[in-house]
Amino acid sequence: MQGNIACAEGALAAGCRFFGGYPITPSTEIAERMALKLPKMNGVFIQMEDEIASMASIIGASWAGQRSMTATSGPGFSLMMENIGFAVMTETPCVVVNIQRGGPSTGQPTMASQGDMMQCRFGSHGDYSTIALSPASVQEMYELTVRAFNLSDQFRVPVFLMADEIVGHMRERVEIPDQVPRVERKPLRRGSPPFRADEDLIPGFAQFGKGYGVHVTGLTHDERGYPDATNPELHEDLVMRLVSKIESARDRIADYEITNPDAETVFVSYGSPARSVEQVIHDLGRENVGHLRLKVVWPFPESALKCFPNAKRFLVPELNMGQISREVQRHVTQEVITLPKLGGSLHSPEWLKQQLEVLE
Amino acid sequence: MSYEEWFREDRLPHIYCVGCGNGTIINCTLLAVEEMGWNKDETVFVSGIGCSSRAPGYIVTDSLHTTHGRALAFATGIKMANPDLKVVVFTGDGDLAAIGGNHFIHACRRNIDLTVVCMNNQIYGMTGGQGSPTTPLGALSTTTPYGSKEPAFDLSEMAIAAGANYVARWTSYHVKELTRSIKEGFQTPGFSFIEAMTQCPTNFGRRNKFRQVADQIEYMKTHTALRQKLERMKDSGQEIPPDIIPIGEFARRNRAAMGVRE
Repeated sequence: MQGNIACAEGALAAGCRFFGGYPITPSTEIAERMALKLPKMNGVFIQMEDEIASMASIIGASWAGQRSMTATSGPGFSLMMENIGFAVMTETPCVVVNIQRGGPSTGQPTMASQGDMMQCRFGSHGDYSTIALSPASVQEMYELTVRAFNLSDQFRVPVFLMADEIVGHMRERVEIPDQVPRVERKPLRRGSPPFRADEDLIPGFAQFGKGYGVHVTGLTHDERGYPDATNPELHEDLVMRLVSKIESARDRIADYEITNPDAETVFVSYGSPARSVEQVIHDLGRENVGHLRLKVVWPFPESALKCFPNAKRFLVPELNMGQISREVQRHVTQEVITLPKLGGSLHSPEWLKQQLEVLE
Repeated sequence: MSYEEWFREDRLPHIYCVGCGNGTIINCTLLAVEEMGWNKDETVFVSGIGCSSRAPGYIVTDSLHTTHGRALAFATGIKMANPDLKVVVFTGDGDLAAIGGNHFIHACRRNIDLTVVCMNNQIYGMTGGQGSPTTPLGALSTTTPYGSKEPAFDLSEMAIAAGANYVARWTSYHVKELTRSIKEGFQTPGFSFIEAMTQCPTNFGRRNKFRQVADQIEYMKTHTALRQKLERMKDSGQEIPPDIIPIGEFARRNRAAMGVRE
């Protein structure tokens, strides 16, 4: 099965019943699969007029009670940014898949990249936190799409599946479970203000059409959802809560794999470059080269770096100029070596081995 | 029940300026809703950004106050995800025709079952009076200090051309006709577009020789004419003054619609 198809199948298994999208290489197979399947599953596929509208439509569908998703790549992702901020501010669950391609601008439509990792973290204006997952295989395209929906409903935040052209178009054998785990949206308790958070910092969801009479606005709002855009304390409290509900759950959201925890030299990777690193470790057959593979990139699971107590250096191969490498630097005192790669092809295992030889 | 029960009273007073016509149009809309006998729990108001778009915040139903220009795209998601909801969109000339123009024509083309009430005040009111796509040629605004040199959009003509099932234009003077047309829009499956010309005394009127609020309402009374009447005049060879604005019911048809429960 192709990675993009696995993503669509994962979404359907997770109960996604609304897809609003716009064709863009290399993500289009996801939209095509959804167009084929959703109408037969009592769901809605709609091809919108652009990615701004796509993002808007999935937010609307989410308030109407559906699990909703869109899929895109760099140029479309850029267009979605304003409405992604709206989803953050209004605490709207939804899933955005980005099959990353080479940028900036139109760049390389058919080539892989991880150039949008910072954009998915900081791309919309204002301060906020979101969740980003990074699949390294077709199996994970399926599994992490399912998890994206669960995290999105649990934390009421847009969740990004930050894949790339390689995992999107790769074909591998996939094991599809009979049933996938499902975390439901917490409904709003009757009589409670619609934006008053519980102890987990997340308010219950007031679905449209259920008699809540909720007013939802992108303006700074109080617990009732009413706009109050000139109250400094209210704004600070709201934004701090939106950030804290994600950051305080960092370790619960985290998902990573650790290989050779006693190693002195440790690769940190996510997405398709992890495959080259796994090949290197397999070929070398030694325990002095470790690997931290992130399946959740944001919020950055900094405690995972502590799982390598003997680490003297971290090597970070990425299909960009070092976006997550700098994040690793922020959390460790050891040397961090950036291994950037642009152009669309992976770091070859041989090239990675040469980097290790230089160090030794 | 009276239409006043649809107001979210703890949100009042509203932000609109003295003499603003938006309140009139909200009243007409809620009167039409009330006449339809809709249930509050099944009605959703959606808007974008601008003075018009604050309206849903003053209504007790579920409402979504979205990003600038995008109300129709959000409303499309709501309506397609749950066709049982009655979805009404409040928008303005800047929101709908400038930044949201593409969503407007595509929502008309899809003929999605929404009712759109556009408060066309021919100006950007909330940001202090900049020219909009419907600012008349020659009119003064803060960004057209020497008079607008751009021809204006005719929003209703655009809605007709793009495929909306129901299109009507009235003004804040024509409250009975406006209320009736909004109700017609609610009753028509598919996309209904009601253009409500309205006065903005603060940012349009005072810069364009309407010293009093009543002057602009009087203008909307004397400088409008039913389109059928204008066509009859044209047919009989009579000259129509160039500043006359056609009003009335412009389109009522039965193209295939989206977002209607099958």
